[in-house]
Amino acid sequence: MATRGPISRALEREDTLAFWLLAPTLLILTLFIAYPFVRGVWLSLSNSTVGEPGHFIGLANFYKIFSDSIFRTAAYNTFVYTAITTVFKLALGLWLALLLNRHFRGKSWVRAFILLPFIIPTVLSTLAWKWMFDPTFSVFNWLFWKLHIINSRINWLGDPELAMGSIMMVNVWRGVPFYAISLLAGLQTINPDLHEAAAIDGANRFQRFWYVTWPLLLPVTMVVVLFSVIQTFADFQLVYVLTGGGPANATHLFATYAYQIGIGTGLLSEGAAISLAMFPALLLVVVFQLWYIRKVENR
Amino acid sequence: MIEGARWRKWLWFYLPLGAFILALLFPFYWMVVTTVRPDGELYRPWNHPLYSPFWTSNPTFEHVKDLLQETLFNTWMLNTMFIALVATLISLFCGVIAGYALARLTFRWAGVLGTAIFVTYLVPQTLLFIPLAEIIRDYRIGDTPWALILTYPTFLIPFCTWLMMGYFKAIPRELEECARIDGAARWQAMVYIIFPIAVPGILSAGIFAFTLSWNEFIYALVFLSSPEQKTVPVGVTSELIRGDVFFWGSLMAGALIGSIPVAIVYSFFVEHYVAGMTGSVKG
Repeated sequence: MATRGPISRALEREDTLAFWLLAPTLLILTLFIAYPFVRGVWLSLSNSTVGEPGHFIGLANFYKIFSDSIFRTAAYNTFVYTAITTVFKLALGLWLALLLNRHFRGKSWVRAFILLPFIIPTVLSTLAWKWMFDPTFSVFNWLFWKLHIINSRINWLGDPELAMGSIMMVNVWRGVPFYAISLLAGLQTINPDLHEAAAIDGANRFQRFWYVTWPLLLPVTMVVVLFSVIQTFADFQLVYVLTGGGPANATHLFATYAYQIGIGTGLLSEGAAISLAMFPALLLVVVFQLWYIRKVENR
Repeated sequence: MIEGARWRKWLWFYLPLGAFILALLFPFYWMVVTTVRPDGELYRPWNHPLYSPFWTSNPTFEHVKDLLQETLFNTWMLNTMFIALVATLISLFCGVIAGYALARLTFRWAGVLGTAIFVTYLVPQTLLFIPLAEIIRDYRIGDTPWALILTYPTFLIPFCTWLMMGYFKAIPRELEECARIDGAARWQAMVYIIFPIAVPGILSAGIFAFTLSWNEFIYALVFLSSPEQKTVPVGVTSELIRGDVFFWGSLMAGALIGSIPVAIVYSFFVEHYVAGMTGSVKG
Protein backbone atom coordinates (compact mmCIF):
# COMPACT_ATOMS: atom_id res chain seq x y z
CA MET A 1 0.00 0.00 0.00
CA ALA A 2 1.27 3.45 -0.86
CA THR A 3 2.27 5.74 2.00
CA ARG A 4 -0.19 8.52 2.70
CA GLY A 5 0.54 12.17 3.15
CA PRO A 6 -0.50 14.10 6.26
CA ILE A 7 -3.62 15.51 4.52
CA SER A 8 -4.86 12.09 3.50
CA ARG A 9 -4.26 10.84 7.02
CA ALA A 10 -6.13 13.77 8.59
CA LEU A 11 -9.05 13.07 6.27
CA GLU A 12 -9.28 9.53 7.64
CA ARG A 13 -10.93 11.06 10.69
CA GLU A 14 -14.64 11.30 9.95
CA ASP A 15 -15.21 14.63 11.67
CA THR A 16 -12.28 16.28 9.86
CA LEU A 17 -13.49 14.99 6.52
CA ALA A 18 -17.06 16.09 7.32
CA PHE A 19 -15.84 19.57 8.20
CA TRP A 20 -14.12 20.04 4.84
CA LEU A 21 -17.02 18.59 2.89
CA LEU A 22 -19.48 20.92 4.55
CA ALA A 23 -17.29 24.02 4.61
CA PRO A 24 -18.15 25.41 1.12
CA THR A 25 -21.89 24.97 1.70
CA LEU A 26 -21.77 26.57 5.13
CA LEU A 27 -19.68 29.45 3.81
CA ILE A 28 -22.15 30.30 1.04
CA LEU A 29 -25.21 29.86 3.24
CA THR A 30 -23.70 32.03 5.98
CA LEU A 31 -22.72 34.79 3.58
CA PHE A 32 -25.95 34.87 1.57
CA ILE A 33 -28.68 33.60 3.93
CA ALA A 34 -27.69 34.03 7.58
CA TYR A 35 -25.93 37.36 7.17
CA PRO A 36 -28.69 38.90 4.97
CA PHE A 37 -31.23 37.75 7.53
CA VAL A 38 -29.43 39.57 10.35
CA ARG A 39 -28.90 42.53 8.06
CA GLY A 40 -32.61 42.49 7.13
CA VAL A 41 -33.68 42.54 10.77
CA TRP A 42 -31.33 45.44 11.42
CA LEU A 43 -32.58 47.25 8.30
CA SER A 44 -36.20 46.87 9.36
CA LEU A 45 -35.36 48.47 12.73
CA SER A 46 -33.63 51.46 11.13
CA ASN A 47 -34.67 54.31 8.88
CA SER A 48 -32.28 53.67 5.95
CA THR A 49 -33.19 54.68 2.46
CA VAL A 50 -31.16 54.12 -0.72
CA GLY A 51 -27.75 55.75 -0.17
CA GLU A 52 -28.55 56.76 3.45
CA PRO A 53 -27.29 54.38 6.15
CA GLY A 54 -29.88 55.53 8.71
CA HIS A 55 -29.98 54.82 12.44
CA PHE A 56 -31.88 52.64 14.91
CA ILE A 57 -35.53 53.61 15.31
CA GLY A 58 -36.95 50.55 17.07
CA LEU A 59 -40.24 49.14 15.84
CA ALA A 60 -41.36 52.36 14.14
CA ASN A 61 -41.38 50.74 10.67
CA PHE A 62 -43.60 47.95 11.91
CA TYR A 63 -46.04 50.39 13.56
CA LYS A 64 -46.10 52.30 10.31
CA ILE A 65 -46.82 49.35 8.05
CA PHE A 66 -49.45 47.86 10.34
CA SER A 67 -51.42 51.08 10.16
CA ASP A 68 -51.01 51.20 6.38
CA SER A 69 -54.22 50.06 4.70
CA ILE A 70 -52.42 48.82 1.56
CA PHE A 71 -50.21 46.62 3.73
CA ARG A 72 -53.27 45.20 5.45
CA THR A 73 -54.89 44.47 2.09
CA ALA A 74 -51.66 42.80 0.96
CA ALA A 75 -51.57 40.66 4.11
CA TYR A 76 -55.21 39.69 3.71
CA ASN A 77 -54.68 38.94 0.00
CA THR A 78 -51.68 36.73 0.76
CA PHE A 79 -53.59 34.54 3.21
CA VAL A 80 -56.65 34.25 0.97
CA TYR A 81 -54.49 33.62 -2.10
CA THR A 82 -52.56 30.85 -0.33
CA ALA A 83 -55.63 29.18 1.17
CA ILE A 84 -57.83 29.15 -1.93
CA THR A 85 -55.16 28.15 -4.45
CA THR A 86 -53.87 25.38 -2.15
CA VAL A 87 -57.33 23.81 -1.89
CA PHE A 88 -57.78 23.89 -5.67
CA LYS A 89 -54.27 22.68 -6.44
CA LEU A 90 -54.62 19.76 -4.04
CA ALA A 91 -58.08 18.73 -5.26
CA LEU A 92 -57.29 19.00 -8.97
CA GLY A 93 -53.76 17.63 -8.54
CA LEU A 94 -55.05 14.58 -6.71
CA TRP A 95 -57.72 14.01 -9.33
CA LEU A 96 -55.16 14.24 -12.13
CA ALA A 97 -52.79 11.93 -10.23
CA LEU A 98 -55.54 9.32 -9.86
CA LEU A 99 -56.28 9.55 -13.59
CA LEU A 100 -52.61 9.17 -14.45
CA ASN A 101 -52.24 6.21 -12.13
CA ARG A 102 -54.31 4.08 -14.53
CA HIS A 103 -52.91 2.21 -17.48
CA PHE A 104 -53.53 3.75 -20.88
CA ARG A 105 -51.73 4.20 -24.15
CA GLY A 106 -49.42 7.21 -24.44
CA LYS A 107 -49.21 7.57 -20.66
CA SER A 108 -45.56 8.61 -20.56
CA TRP A 109 -46.20 11.28 -23.22
CA VAL A 110 -49.15 12.67 -21.34
CA ARG A 111 -47.13 12.77 -18.14
CA ALA A 112 -44.24 14.55 -19.84
CA PHE A 113 -46.44 17.18 -21.48
CA ILE A 114 -48.52 17.81 -18.40
CA LEU A 115 -45.47 19.03 -16.50
CA LEU A 116 -44.83 21.84 -18.99
CA PRO A 117 -46.62 24.57 -16.99
CA PHE A 118 -44.33 23.75 -14.07
CA ILE A 119 -41.02 23.69 -15.96
CA ILE A 120 -41.46 26.62 -18.37
CA PRO A 121 -40.13 29.81 -16.73
CA THR A 122 -43.05 31.19 -14.72
CA VAL A 123 -42.67 34.75 -15.88
CA LEU A 124 -42.77 33.72 -19.52
CA SER A 125 -45.88 31.56 -19.27
CA THR A 126 -47.53 34.23 -17.12
CA LEU A 127 -47.00 36.69 -19.97
CA ALA A 128 -49.07 34.40 -22.18
CA TRP A 129 -51.83 34.54 -19.54
CA LYS A 130 -51.61 38.31 -19.40
CA TRP A 131 -52.16 38.34 -23.13
CA MET A 132 -55.11 35.95 -22.81
CA PHE A 133 -56.56 38.25 -20.13
CA ASP A 134 -56.08 41.37 -22.27
CA PRO A 135 -59.12 43.66 -21.88
CA THR A 136 -59.49 44.22 -25.63
CA PHE A 137 -58.11 41.08 -27.25
CA SER A 138 -58.93 38.39 -24.71
CA VAL A 139 -59.55 34.96 -26.20
CA PHE A 140 -61.64 34.06 -23.13
CA ASN A 141 -63.99 36.94 -23.85
CA TRP A 142 -64.29 35.73 -27.43
CA LEU A 143 -65.07 32.20 -26.25
CA PHE A 144 -67.69 33.21 -23.67
CA TRP A 145 -69.22 35.61 -26.16
CA LYS A 146 -69.48 32.88 -28.78
CA LEU A 147 -71.05 30.58 -26.19
CA HIS A 148 -73.57 33.36 -25.44
CA ILE A 149 -72.49 33.59 -21.81
CA ILE A 150 -71.49 37.25 -21.93
CA ASN A 151 -72.51 40.32 -23.92
CA SER A 152 -69.99 42.84 -22.70
CA ARG A 153 -66.33 42.25 -21.99
CA ILE A 154 -64.96 40.80 -18.78
CA ASN A 155 -62.08 42.94 -17.54
CA TRP A 156 -60.05 40.06 -16.08
CA LEU A 157 -57.19 42.03 -14.60
CA GLY A 158 -58.57 45.57 -14.56
CA ASP A 159 -61.51 44.94 -12.28
CA PRO A 160 -60.35 44.91 -8.63
CA GLU A 161 -62.98 42.33 -7.70
CA LEU A 162 -61.91 39.95 -10.43
CA ALA A 163 -58.16 40.53 -10.66
CA MET A 164 -57.25 38.44 -7.60
CA GLY A 165 -59.37 35.57 -8.96
CA SER A 166 -57.59 35.73 -12.31
CA ILE A 167 -54.20 35.62 -10.57
CA MET A 168 -55.30 32.61 -8.52
CA MET A 169 -56.37 30.85 -11.69
CA VAL A 170 -52.85 31.18 -13.12
CA ASN A 171 -51.33 29.99 -9.86
CA VAL A 172 -53.53 26.90 -9.86
CA TRP A 173 -52.70 26.26 -13.51
CA ARG A 174 -49.00 26.34 -12.73
CA GLY A 175 -49.24 24.34 -9.50
CA VAL A 176 -51.52 21.45 -10.50
CA PRO A 177 -48.84 19.54 -12.48
CA PHE A 178 -46.44 19.66 -9.54
CA TYR A 179 -49.08 18.29 -7.18
CA ALA A 180 -50.19 15.69 -9.71
CA ILE A 181 -46.73 14.31 -10.49
CA SER A 182 -45.61 14.29 -6.84
CA LEU A 183 -48.81 12.60 -5.69
CA LEU A 184 -48.56 10.15 -8.59
CA ALA A 185 -45.12 9.16 -7.31
CA GLY A 186 -46.72 8.61 -3.92
CA LEU A 187 -49.56 6.55 -5.42
CA GLN A 188 -47.12 4.30 -7.22
CA THR A 189 -45.53 3.24 -3.94
CA ILE A 190 -48.87 1.87 -2.70
CA ASN A 191 -49.04 -1.89 -3.05
CA PRO A 192 -51.95 -2.83 -5.40
CA ASP A 193 -52.54 -5.99 -3.32
CA LEU A 194 -54.03 -3.79 -0.60
CA HIS A 195 -56.64 -2.54 -3.06
CA GLU A 196 -57.42 -6.06 -4.18
CA ALA A 197 -57.80 -7.24 -0.59
CA ALA A 198 -60.14 -4.35 0.19
CA ALA A 199 -62.15 -5.08 -2.97
CA ILE A 200 -62.52 -8.73 -1.99
CA ASP A 201 -63.73 -7.59 1.43
CA GLY A 202 -66.46 -5.71 -0.41
CA ALA A 203 -65.15 -2.13 -0.29
CA ASN A 204 -66.45 0.04 -3.11
CA ARG A 205 -64.36 2.50 -5.13
CA PHE A 206 -64.85 5.38 -2.73
CA GLN A 207 -64.19 3.26 0.37
CA ARG A 208 -61.02 1.89 -1.19
CA PHE A 209 -59.81 5.40 -1.79
CA TRP A 210 -60.79 6.72 1.63
CA TYR A 211 -59.60 3.82 3.79
CA VAL A 212 -56.64 2.51 1.77
CA THR A 213 -55.20 5.08 -0.63
CA TRP A 214 -55.69 8.31 1.29
CA PRO A 215 -54.07 7.27 4.63
CA LEU A 216 -51.06 5.84 2.78
CA LEU A 217 -50.77 8.94 0.60
CA LEU A 218 -51.09 11.38 3.48
CA PRO A 219 -47.36 11.75 4.34
CA VAL A 220 -46.45 12.64 0.73
CA THR A 221 -49.47 14.92 0.48
CA MET A 222 -48.52 16.80 3.64
CA VAL A 223 -44.98 17.47 2.46
CA VAL A 224 -46.16 18.58 -1.00
CA VAL A 225 -48.76 20.89 0.52
CA LEU A 226 -46.34 22.45 2.98
CA PHE A 227 -43.76 23.09 0.24
CA SER A 228 -46.37 24.60 -1.97
CA VAL A 229 -47.83 26.74 0.82
CA ILE A 230 -44.43 28.31 1.45
CA GLN A 231 -43.89 29.03 -2.25
CA THR A 232 -47.39 30.43 -2.71
CA PHE A 233 -47.26 32.54 0.41
CA ALA A 234 -44.04 34.17 -0.77
CA ASP A 235 -45.15 34.45 -4.40
CA PHE A 236 -44.04 37.45 -6.41
CA GLN A 237 -43.82 36.73 -10.13
CA LEU A 238 -47.48 36.20 -11.00
CA VAL A 239 -48.69 39.42 -9.41
CA TYR A 240 -45.70 41.39 -10.67
CA VAL A 241 -46.38 40.38 -14.28
CA LEU A 242 -50.17 40.26 -14.31
CA THR A 243 -51.18 43.38 -12.38
CA GLY A 244 -48.11 44.87 -10.70
CA GLY A 245 -50.26 45.04 -7.56
CA GLY A 246 -53.00 47.11 -9.22
CA PRO A 247 -55.67 48.13 -9.96
CA ALA A 248 -55.49 50.67 -7.12
CA ASN A 249 -53.16 48.43 -5.04
CA ALA A 250 -55.93 45.82 -4.74
CA THR A 251 -53.86 42.74 -5.64
CA HIS A 252 -50.61 43.19 -3.70
CA LEU A 253 -49.05 40.30 -1.82
CA PHE A 254 -46.38 40.75 0.87
CA ALA A 255 -43.59 40.28 -1.64
CA THR A 256 -44.86 42.62 -4.34
CA TYR A 257 -45.65 45.35 -1.84
CA ALA A 258 -42.20 44.97 -0.27
CA TYR A 259 -40.72 45.32 -3.75
CA GLN A 260 -42.79 48.41 -4.53
CA ILE A 261 -41.87 50.15 -1.27
CA GLY A 262 -38.28 48.89 -0.88
CA ILE A 263 -37.03 48.95 -4.47
CA GLY A 264 -39.64 51.05 -6.29
CA THR A 265 -39.70 54.02 -3.93
CA GLY A 266 -36.35 53.31 -2.26
CA LEU A 267 -37.63 53.09 1.32
CA LEU A 268 -35.31 50.16 2.05
CA SER A 269 -36.02 49.77 5.74
CA GLU A 270 -39.78 49.82 5.30
CA GLY A 271 -39.54 47.34 2.42
CA ALA A 272 -37.38 45.05 4.57
CA ALA A 273 -39.98 45.27 7.34
CA ILE A 274 -42.77 44.27 4.93
CA SER A 275 -40.72 41.28 3.71
CA LEU A 276 -39.94 40.21 7.26
CA ALA A 277 -43.62 40.39 8.17
CA MET A 278 -43.88 37.12 6.22
CA PHE A 279 -41.42 35.49 8.58
CA PRO A 280 -43.68 34.43 11.51
CA ALA A 281 -46.13 32.63 9.22
CA LEU A 282 -43.31 30.96 7.27
CA LEU A 283 -41.60 29.91 10.51
CA LEU A 284 -44.81 28.30 11.72
CA VAL A 285 -45.11 26.25 8.53
CA VAL A 286 -41.44 25.20 8.65
CA VAL A 287 -41.63 24.16 12.31
CA PHE A 288 -44.76 22.18 11.61
CA GLN A 289 -43.11 20.53 8.62
CA LEU A 290 -40.01 19.53 10.63
CA TRP A 291 -42.21 18.15 13.37
CA TYR A 292 -44.32 16.20 10.90
CA ILE A 293 -41.33 14.71 9.05
CA ARG A 294 -39.82 13.61 12.34
CA LYS A 295 -43.10 12.06 13.42
CA VAL A 296 -43.44 10.09 10.18
CA GLU A 297 -39.80 8.95 10.30
CA ASN A 298 -40.14 7.68 13.86
CA ARG A 299 -43.20 5.65 13.12
CA MET B 1 -67.69 -6.48 -19.72
CA ILE B 2 -70.60 -4.69 -18.15
CA GLU B 3 -73.04 -2.96 -20.49
CA GLY B 4 -72.19 0.72 -20.77
CA ALA B 5 -68.66 0.33 -19.46
CA ARG B 6 -67.37 2.06 -22.55
CA TRP B 7 -69.21 5.34 -22.13
CA ARG B 8 -68.54 5.18 -18.43
CA LYS B 9 -64.83 5.08 -19.17
CA TRP B 10 -65.24 8.03 -21.50
CA LEU B 11 -67.16 10.02 -18.92
CA TRP B 12 -64.93 9.32 -15.93
CA PHE B 13 -61.59 8.93 -17.60
CA TYR B 14 -61.02 10.29 -21.10
CA LEU B 15 -63.18 13.37 -20.70
CA PRO B 16 -61.56 14.70 -17.51
CA LEU B 17 -58.08 13.73 -18.69
CA GLY B 18 -58.69 15.50 -22.00
CA ALA B 19 -59.95 18.59 -20.17
CA PHE B 20 -56.82 18.64 -17.98
CA ILE B 21 -54.52 18.32 -20.98
CA LEU B 22 -56.37 21.04 -22.87
CA ALA B 23 -56.35 23.47 -19.95
CA LEU B 24 -52.71 22.84 -19.10
CA LEU B 25 -51.38 23.13 -22.64
CA PHE B 26 -53.61 25.79 -24.19
CA PRO B 27 -51.46 28.77 -23.07
CA PHE B 28 -48.49 27.28 -24.95
CA TYR B 29 -50.55 26.86 -28.09
CA TRP B 30 -51.60 30.47 -27.66
CA MET B 31 -47.96 31.56 -27.44
CA VAL B 32 -47.20 29.77 -30.72
CA VAL B 33 -50.19 31.21 -32.56
CA THR B 34 -49.48 34.73 -31.33
CA THR B 35 -45.83 34.46 -32.34
CA VAL B 36 -46.62 33.72 -35.99
CA ARG B 37 -49.70 35.95 -36.34
CA PRO B 38 -49.26 39.24 -38.24
CA ASP B 39 -49.97 42.44 -36.29
CA GLY B 40 -53.03 43.29 -38.39
CA GLU B 41 -54.73 40.13 -37.22
CA LEU B 42 -53.31 40.24 -33.72
CA TYR B 43 -54.94 43.50 -32.75
CA ARG B 44 -58.53 42.69 -33.59
CA PRO B 45 -60.84 43.10 -30.58
CA TRP B 46 -62.47 40.01 -29.15
CA ASN B 47 -65.90 40.89 -30.62
CA HIS B 48 -64.57 41.71 -34.09
CA PRO B 49 -66.35 39.55 -36.71
CA LEU B 50 -63.02 38.44 -38.20
CA TYR B 51 -61.45 37.42 -34.84
CA SER B 52 -60.08 33.98 -35.72
CA PRO B 53 -58.44 32.77 -32.56
CA PHE B 54 -57.17 29.31 -33.28
CA TRP B 55 -55.29 29.63 -36.53
CA THR B 56 -53.85 32.20 -38.87
CA SER B 57 -53.92 32.09 -42.64
CA ASN B 58 -50.93 34.42 -43.01
CA PRO B 59 -48.23 33.10 -40.71
CA THR B 60 -45.25 35.41 -40.38
CA PHE B 61 -41.81 35.31 -38.79
CA GLU B 62 -41.77 39.10 -38.47
CA HIS B 63 -41.99 38.99 -34.65
CA VAL B 64 -39.21 36.45 -34.30
CA LYS B 65 -37.02 38.53 -36.61
CA ASP B 66 -37.77 41.68 -34.63
CA LEU B 67 -36.95 39.89 -31.40
CA LEU B 68 -33.62 38.52 -32.61
CA GLN B 69 -32.49 41.59 -34.56
CA GLU B 70 -33.96 44.59 -32.78
CA THR B 71 -33.58 43.55 -29.15
CA LEU B 72 -30.82 42.21 -26.92
CA PHE B 73 -32.55 38.83 -26.74
CA ASN B 74 -29.48 36.86 -27.86
CA THR B 75 -27.40 38.53 -25.17
CA TRP B 76 -30.01 37.66 -22.54
CA MET B 77 -29.99 34.05 -23.67
CA LEU B 78 -26.20 33.86 -23.37
CA ASN B 79 -26.26 35.61 -19.98
CA THR B 80 -28.89 33.23 -18.64
CA MET B 81 -27.06 30.20 -20.01
CA PHE B 82 -23.76 31.26 -18.44
CA ILE B 83 -25.31 32.14 -15.06
CA ALA B 84 -27.45 28.99 -14.92
CA LEU B 85 -24.53 26.71 -15.85
CA VAL B 86 -22.00 28.17 -13.41
CA ALA B 87 -24.52 28.40 -10.55
CA THR B 88 -25.53 24.79 -11.19
CA LEU B 89 -21.92 23.56 -11.22
CA ILE B 90 -21.08 25.36 -7.98
CA SER B 91 -24.24 24.04 -6.34
CA LEU B 92 -23.66 20.49 -7.53
CA PHE B 93 -20.12 20.49 -6.20
CA CYS B 94 -21.17 21.83 -2.80
CA GLY B 95 -24.37 19.80 -2.62
CA VAL B 96 -22.82 16.44 -3.54
CA ILE B 97 -20.03 16.59 -0.96
CA ALA B 98 -22.27 18.09 1.74
CA GLY B 99 -24.94 15.47 1.04
CA TYR B 100 -22.32 12.74 1.35
CA ALA B 101 -21.07 14.09 4.67
CA LEU B 102 -24.57 14.32 6.12
CA ALA B 103 -25.67 10.92 4.85
CA ARG B 104 -22.55 8.89 5.59
CA LEU B 105 -20.25 10.38 8.19
CA THR B 106 -20.74 10.43 11.93
CA PHE B 107 -19.69 13.67 13.56
CA ARG B 108 -20.93 16.10 16.16
CA TRP B 109 -23.65 18.53 15.02
CA ALA B 110 -24.61 16.29 12.08
CA GLY B 111 -28.29 16.45 13.00
CA VAL B 112 -28.31 20.19 13.65
CA LEU B 113 -26.49 20.99 10.40
CA GLY B 114 -28.79 18.75 8.38
CA THR B 115 -31.82 20.51 9.82
CA ALA B 116 -30.26 23.94 9.27
CA ILE B 117 -29.62 23.17 5.59
CA PHE B 118 -33.16 21.86 5.22
CA VAL B 119 -34.54 25.06 6.73
CA THR B 120 -32.56 27.26 4.32
CA TYR B 121 -34.07 25.16 1.54
CA LEU B 122 -37.45 26.49 2.63
CA VAL B 123 -36.40 30.15 2.76
CA PRO B 124 -38.13 31.88 -0.16
CA GLN B 125 -36.14 34.39 -2.22
CA THR B 126 -38.67 37.12 -1.51
CA LEU B 127 -37.85 37.10 2.20
CA LEU B 128 -34.28 38.39 1.88
CA PHE B 129 -34.02 40.21 -1.45
CA ILE B 130 -33.82 43.72 0.05
CA PRO B 131 -30.92 43.14 2.49
CA LEU B 132 -29.26 40.98 -0.18
CA ALA B 133 -29.44 43.87 -2.62
CA GLU B 134 -27.56 45.97 -0.05
CA ILE B 135 -24.94 43.27 0.43
CA ILE B 136 -24.50 42.83 -3.32
CA ARG B 137 -23.84 46.55 -3.52
CA ASP B 138 -21.35 46.43 -0.65
CA TYR B 139 -19.39 43.63 -2.36
CA ARG B 140 -19.51 45.70 -5.58
CA ILE B 141 -20.89 42.87 -7.69
CA GLY B 142 -24.21 44.55 -8.50
CA ASP B 143 -25.15 44.52 -12.19
CA THR B 144 -22.68 41.70 -12.96
CA PRO B 145 -23.42 38.00 -13.54
CA TRP B 146 -21.63 37.26 -10.25
CA ALA B 147 -24.48 38.82 -8.27
CA LEU B 148 -26.63 35.91 -9.45
CA ILE B 149 -23.96 33.20 -9.70
CA LEU B 150 -23.16 33.67 -6.01
CA THR B 151 -26.74 34.04 -4.77
CA TYR B 152 -28.49 31.30 -6.76
CA PRO B 153 -26.58 28.59 -4.86
CA THR B 154 -28.41 29.71 -1.71
CA PHE B 155 -31.53 27.96 -2.93
CA LEU B 156 -29.81 25.39 -5.17
CA ILE B 157 -27.29 23.95 -2.67
CA PRO B 158 -29.87 23.03 0.00
CA PHE B 159 -31.95 21.35 -2.69
CA CYS B 160 -28.97 19.42 -4.15
CA THR B 161 -27.78 18.44 -0.66
CA TRP B 162 -31.20 17.17 0.31
CA LEU B 163 -31.62 15.19 -2.90
CA MET B 164 -28.12 13.68 -2.74
CA MET B 165 -28.56 12.65 0.91
CA GLY B 166 -31.45 10.48 -0.22
CA TYR B 167 -29.32 8.90 -2.95
CA PHE B 168 -26.30 8.24 -0.75
CA LYS B 169 -28.41 6.67 1.98
CA ALA B 170 -29.67 4.11 -0.54
CA ILE B 171 -26.13 2.96 -1.49
CA PRO B 172 -25.01 0.03 0.67
CA ARG B 173 -22.16 0.80 3.07
CA GLU B 174 -20.45 -2.50 2.24
CA LEU B 175 -19.20 -1.05 -1.05
CA GLU B 176 -17.13 1.53 0.77
CA GLU B 177 -15.96 -0.95 3.38
CA CYS B 178 -14.67 -3.30 0.67
CA ALA B 179 -12.72 -0.46 -0.93
CA ARG B 180 -11.28 0.49 2.45
CA ILE B 181 -10.16 -3.06 3.10
CA ASP B 182 -8.45 -3.03 -0.29
CA GLY B 183 -6.46 -0.03 0.93
CA ALA B 184 -8.38 2.98 -0.38
CA ALA B 185 -8.34 6.10 1.76
CA ARG B 186 -11.61 7.40 3.20
CA TRP B 187 -11.90 10.14 0.59
CA GLN B 188 -10.84 7.82 -2.23
CA ALA B 189 -13.66 5.43 -1.39
CA MET B 190 -16.02 8.40 -1.55
CA VAL B 191 -14.76 9.83 -4.85
CA TYR B 192 -14.00 6.64 -6.76
CA ILE B 193 -16.61 4.21 -5.43
CA ILE B 194 -19.64 6.13 -4.23
CA PHE B 195 -19.80 9.18 -6.53
CA PRO B 196 -19.85 7.13 -9.75
CA ILE B 197 -22.79 5.11 -8.41
CA ALA B 198 -24.61 8.32 -7.56
CA VAL B 199 -24.38 9.72 -11.11
CA PRO B 200 -28.13 9.39 -11.79
CA GLY B 201 -28.80 11.40 -8.64
CA ILE B 202 -26.22 14.01 -9.59
CA LEU B 203 -27.81 14.29 -13.02
CA SER B 204 -31.28 14.76 -11.51
CA ALA B 205 -30.03 17.42 -9.12
CA GLY B 206 -28.13 19.19 -11.93
CA ILE B 207 -31.07 19.27 -14.32
CA PHE B 208 -33.43 20.50 -11.67
CA ALA B 209 -30.96 23.14 -10.51
CA PHE B 210 -30.44 24.32 -14.08
CA THR B 211 -34.17 24.82 -14.68
CA LEU B 212 -34.55 26.58 -11.32
CA SER B 213 -31.77 29.02 -12.22
CA TRP B 214 -33.27 29.64 -15.65
CA ASN B 215 -36.59 30.36 -13.94
CA GLU B 216 -35.35 32.68 -11.23
CA PHE B 217 -36.84 36.13 -11.40
CA ILE B 218 -36.74 38.42 -8.37
CA TYR B 219 -32.97 38.36 -7.72
CA ALA B 220 -32.30 38.94 -11.41
CA LEU B 221 -34.84 41.77 -11.42
CA VAL B 222 -33.37 43.52 -8.38
CA PHE B 223 -29.62 42.87 -8.74
CA LEU B 224 -29.22 43.67 -12.46
CA SER B 225 -29.99 47.01 -14.02
CA SER B 226 -28.36 47.47 -17.43
CA PRO B 227 -30.25 45.94 -20.36
CA GLU B 228 -27.19 44.06 -21.65
CA GLN B 229 -26.70 42.27 -18.29
CA LYS B 230 -30.23 40.93 -17.95
CA THR B 231 -31.46 37.35 -18.02
CA VAL B 232 -34.23 36.15 -20.33
CA PRO B 233 -37.17 36.37 -17.88
CA VAL B 234 -36.22 39.89 -16.77
CA GLY B 235 -35.22 41.12 -20.24
CA VAL B 236 -38.42 39.95 -21.87
CA THR B 237 -40.67 41.46 -19.19
CA SER B 238 -38.85 44.77 -18.85
CA GLU B 239 -37.39 45.61 -22.24
CA LEU B 240 -40.21 44.47 -24.55
CA ILE B 241 -42.79 46.55 -22.72
CA ARG B 242 -42.28 50.27 -23.22
CA GLY B 243 -44.46 52.28 -20.90
CA ASP B 244 -47.93 50.97 -21.57
CA VAL B 245 -47.15 49.56 -25.00
CA PHE B 246 -46.90 45.79 -25.18
CA PHE B 247 -45.33 44.27 -28.27
CA TRP B 248 -47.31 41.09 -27.96
CA GLY B 249 -45.93 39.34 -31.04
CA SER B 250 -42.31 39.75 -29.93
CA LEU B 251 -43.22 39.16 -26.29
CA MET B 252 -44.73 35.78 -27.11
CA ALA B 253 -41.82 34.97 -29.42
CA GLY B 254 -39.48 35.79 -26.54
CA ALA B 255 -41.50 33.67 -24.12
CA LEU B 256 -41.46 30.78 -26.57
CA ILE B 257 -37.79 30.90 -27.55
CA GLY B 258 -36.74 31.73 -23.99
CA SER B 259 -38.37 28.49 -22.84
CA ILE B 260 -36.68 26.30 -25.43
CA PRO B 261 -33.42 25.55 -23.55
CA VAL B 262 -35.36 24.42 -20.49
CA ALA B 263 -37.74 22.41 -22.66
CA ILE B 264 -34.84 20.68 -24.43
CA VAL B 265 -33.07 19.78 -21.21
CA TYR B 266 -36.37 18.58 -19.84
CA SER B 267 -37.32 16.48 -22.88
CA PHE B 268 -34.00 14.64 -22.85
CA PHE B 269 -34.12 13.89 -19.15
CA VAL B 270 -37.81 13.65 -18.25
CA GLU B 271 -37.23 10.69 -15.98
CA HIS B 272 -34.35 12.35 -14.16
CA TYR B 273 -36.32 15.54 -13.85
CA VAL B 274 -39.31 13.79 -12.36
CA ALA B 275 -37.01 11.87 -10.03
CA GLY B 276 -35.44 15.15 -8.92
CA MET B 277 -38.77 16.79 -8.37
CA THR B 278 -40.38 13.99 -6.46
CA GLY B 279 -37.13 13.28 -4.60
CA SER B 280 -37.01 16.89 -3.48
CA VAL B 281 -40.30 16.59 -1.65
CA LYS B 282 -39.79 13.09 -0.34
CA GLY B 283 -36.29 13.70 0.97
